[in-house]
Amino acid sequence: MTSMDRRGFIRTSSTALGGLWVGHYVRQYPADGAAALAPVQLTAFVRIDPAGSIVVGARGCEIGQGVRTSLPMLVVEELDVPWSMVRVEQLPYALDAAPQPPGVRPRYGSQGAGGSTSIPDGWDDLRQAGAKARWMLREAAARRWSSQASVLKTGDGAVRHPDGRRASYGELAADAANIAPPDVVQLKTPSEFRLLGTRVPTVDARDIVTGRARYGIDATTEGVLIAVIERCPWFEGGISSVDDSATRRVAGVVDVVRISGHAPGEDIRHNLAAGVAVVARDTWSAILGRRALRVEWTRGPWASDSTRALQQRAAAQLQGTGTVVRQDGNFAEAAASGARTIEAQYTVPMLAHAPMEPPGCFVELGPQRARIVASVQSPGDVSRIVAELTGLPRLSIDIELPRSGGGFGRRLRSDYVAEAVKIAQQVRRPVKLIWTREDDLAHDFYRPFGMHGLSAVVDTSGRVTGWRHHVAATPRPRRDPGMREAPAWTGTCDPDAYPAGAVANYESRFSPVEFGMAPGWWRAPLHTFGAFATESFIDEVATATRRDPVALRLDLIGAAREQPYRDHGGPVFHSGRLAHVLQEAARLIAWNSPTPAGRGRGIACHFTFGGYAAHALEVSVVNGSVRIHRCICVADVGQVVNLAGLEAQLSGGTIDGLSTALRLEVTWANGRVQQRNFPDYPLMRLREAPDVEVHVVQSTRAPAGAGEMGIPSALPALTNAIHAATGKRIRTLPIGDQLRTGG
Amino acid sequence: MAVRFTLNGRDVAFDGDASMPLLWYLRDYAGLAGTRFGCGVGACGACTVHIDERATRSCSRAMSTLDGREVRTIEGLAQGETLHPVQQAWLDEDVPQCGYCQAGQIMAAAALLSRTPSPSDEEINGLTNLCRCGTYPKIRKALHRAAALLREEKAP
Ligand code: FES
Ligand code: FES
Repeated sequence: MTSMDRRGFIRTSSTALGGLWVGHYVRQYPADGAAALAPVQLTAFVRIDPAGSIVVGARGCEIGQGVRTSLPMLVVEELDVPWSMVRVEQLPYALDAAPQPPGVRPRYGSQGAGGSTSIPDGWDDLRQAGAKARWMLREAAARRWSSQASVLKTGDGAVRHPDGRRASYGELAADAANIAPPDVVQLKTPSEFRLLGTRVPTVDARDIVTGRARYGIDATTEGVLIAVIERCPWFEGGISSVDDSATRRVAGVVDVVRISGHAPGEDIRHNLAAGVAVVARDTWSAILGRRALRVEWTRGPWASDSTRALQQRAAAQLQGTGTVVRQDGNFAEAAASGARTIEAQYTVPMLAHAPMEPPGCFVELGPQRARIVASVQSPGDVSRIVAELTGLPRLSIDIELPRSGGGFGRRLRSDYVAEAVKIAQQVRRPVKLIWTREDDLAHDFYRPFGMHGLSAVVDTSGRVTGWRHHVAATPRPRRDPGMREAPAWTGTCDPDAYPAGAVANYESRFSPVEFGMAPGWWRAPLHTFGAFATESFIDEVATATRRDPVALRLDLIGAAREQPYRDHGGPVFHSGRLAHVLQEAARLIAWNSPTPAGRGRGIACHFTFGGYAAHALEVSVVNGSVRIHRCICVADVGQVVNLAGLEAQLSGGTIDGLSTALRLEVTWANGRVQQRNFPDYPLMRLREAPDVEVHVVQSTRAPAGAGEMGIPSALPALTNAIHAATGKRIRTLPIGDQLRTGG
Repeated sequence: MAVRFTLNGRDVAFDGDASMPLLWYLRDYAGLAGTRFGCGVGACGACTVHIDERATRSCSRAMSTLDGREVRTIEGLAQGETLHPVQQAWLDEDVPQCGYCQAGQIMAAAALLSRTPSPSDEEINGLTNLCRCGTYPKIRKALHRAAALLREEKAP
C-alpha cells in the first residue's frame, strides 16, 4: 500500500498484527548497580521505574475519539494494576528496520485512526502487551522466591505470594526485563475484567482545561516561519501568473514560494491543489501578505460546473439502469407480479469535515533527518509522503503525534504535510503551515454527493418481496492512487446492508456521476447516506402499507442469524443484534404509547463497522424549526472498553448526525465552493443540541470501534420523527428551510 | 507607540503591527497557545479570552484596542494549582473530547457565571461557542455544576 484507503488500511494493520510486536520486548537496562534505578522498559508499551511509577504508552492518533485513554486501558487491564497508578505517555509514530520489503515495520503496531479500527486492532496485541509485562514480573518474583509463578497473585502494582511476601512491580522490573515472555500469554476472561467496561475520564483532561494540552497547531521552535497558502480555487486548475510585489512589502513577510499541483486527471499523491505560499515571521504577517498577493489561475476543466448541474446529471443517471452491484432473486419479476411498487428518491449533499483545529503542519528538515509534528490520522502515510518528497529513508523521519483538534476523516489525507515539506524545502528553515478556516472549507476531500433511488415491491398481504437500491454518486477512485483497483461503487454502495439477505429479490445498482472534487472519507462514510436513504424509505413503505415502522423493520431485519457482510466491519452481520438495539430504542421512547400532542416520534437503526446502533427521537416543529424533545441512542459494540468514552462518542456522533442533517452542505457554483467559513457552514450550537440518552448493551463479544456508529441512524430517526410530527417527508438533506417553505 | 495592558496579571507592552488580532499575539509572541484558532472571524469562540472580565473573541480584537485593558487567558484562569470552579466542573463532568474548543468554552462559561451566578437555560443557550465534537450536553451539565460550586464558594 502506498496510499491510505480504508480497506487497505485494515489489511495493512492486520498483517502488521501478526509479527509485529509479539515478542517485542526491549531490554535496555542491566539489573545491577545505579543503572537499576533508571526506568525499565518491559515491553514496547510498559515502562516501570524502581520507585514504582508505571508508564503506559498510547500509540494511537488522539483526534477526540479517546484512544489516548482507551488503548492504554487495554494494556493496563492485563498488567493488572489500578488505573490510578498509571501515567499515560503518547508514543511517536515509530518504525524499526525489517529484513523484508519495504525494509521497515511499525514498532508499535497499528497507529492510524480510521475506520473505527483502533479498538479492534488493539484488542489482542495491546492486551498481550500488558499480559506479557505482568507475566515477566510474576516470573521474576517466582525466581526470586523459588516458587511457582502460578501461585503468585497481582492486582495492586505488586506480586504477592500466598505466604504474605510481596514485591512491587518497581522492585521486580529490572529482573523482569531480562526474562523473555512466551509469544502468547493467557489473557483474562471477561469476568475477570476490573477496568474494562468502567468509566475512565479523559487522560489529558486537566491539561485541556488549563490550556496546557498541545495540538499540532501548537508546535514551534526557535526561528520557525509561519506559512499560509493561496490555493487554486478550481479543481485541477493551476497557477498562470503571480505578482507578489505587494506581498513582499508587507512587514514580517520573509518569502513567497510556489507549490505545484497535479495535472488534470493525474493522481493526487501529495498536496491537493497548486498554490502560492507566503512565509512570514508570524501568522498575522503571513495572512496580510497573502491578502496582498495577485495570482492568476488556470481554471481547469471544471470551472463552469456546479452542484446544481451535478444533481441534474445524477437524476438522469437514476433513470438508467446503472451497473449491478448485487442481485438476489429477480427484482423485475417480483415487481411484475407484486401487488404494488413503492418508489422514492433521496439526495445527500457534499460535506466538509471542518475539524475544529484546521489542518496544518510543523516541519523541520535537516540533511539527515526530518521532524514532523502535526495533527494527523494516518502517520504511515505521512512517513511515506515525507520520504518520497525528501528522499530520506523512512527510519530518518521523526513523526510526533500531538492531540488533534478533531479529525472526522479529514486527517486521513496528509496533503497539508506535503505542502509544509515543499515549503520547508524552498525556504530552508523550520516551517509551520497554518490553514485558515476558509482554506479548510474550500480545499477539503469532501464527503461525496449521492442520489439514491429506492423501490420496494409489496405483495397483497403487505409482505415486502422485492427491494432495489440504486445509487448515483461520484465514483470513489477518482484521482486516488490507493483506490485504483477498487470498484467504482466502493464507498457509496453498501450492498450487504440490511434488508439485503432478508428480502428474496434484492438488487443494488450503481451509476457513476463525474464531478471534479477529490472525494474523502467523512466519519462513517457511506453509512451516513446509506442509512438515511434506507431508513427513510422503510418509513415510507410503512406509511404506504399502514404498517408500524418498528414492526416492518423487524420483518426486514428478519430472523436472528449471522449473514456475510463483505465491507469494512464484517465478515458477518448479526441481524439479531440489530433487532435488539431497535427494540430497546422503541422501548425506551415508549414507542407504543400515545405521542404528546404536536410531537412526532421517529426511529431508525444501522450496522456500522461492526457496531449496532438505533436512535429514537421525539420532535416538534414550530415555525419551520425543529425542536428535539427526546433523543435516545442504543448501541451494541460488544465488550465495552471505556464506558465514558463510548458514551461520549455515541452522544457526540448523534449530535454530529443531527447537526449535519439540519443545515450542513457544501455547494459549488461556477466551479468554486460557495461556503467560506462557519457562518455559512453552520454547525449545531448549544441551544439546539439535545441531551442524548445513551444506552449501551452489555456484551462480552470482541469489541467494535465506536467513533463513527453514532451518526448514521441519527439522521433518518430525525427526519422520520419530523414526518410523524408534520406529515412532511424530508428526501433531500440538509433539512435547511424545507419545513418553512414546504409546510 | 506601544500598547500597554496586563496579561494574566502581568504588565506587557506591544509595539508591533497594531492591526494584529490579539489571538495571534498570544499564540505567536506571548507563548500562550491555550487560546485557539478556529475561524478567525468571530464565529466559533475557540479563541475566547477575558478582556476586563468580559468574554471576548480574541481573533476579532486588534492589539490597538487593548491599551489599559486587563487580558486573561485560559492559562491565567486557575489560581496556581487550584482550578477555577468552571475548570473543576469541566473535569468532574469529563467534558472534553478532542478538547480543542474547551479553553474557549471555559472562558465563555466563566465570564457568564461571573455576572450571572444562576443562569437560566435561556442564558446558557446564549453561549454560541462551537464544539465540533458535540460535547454540548456535558457543557450544559458542567455549567450547572460550576454555578453550584461558585455559589458554595461565595456562601459565608
Ligand atoms: S477563532 Fe475567534 S471566534 Fe473563531
Ligand atoms: S471537544 Fe472537540 S471541538 Fe469541542
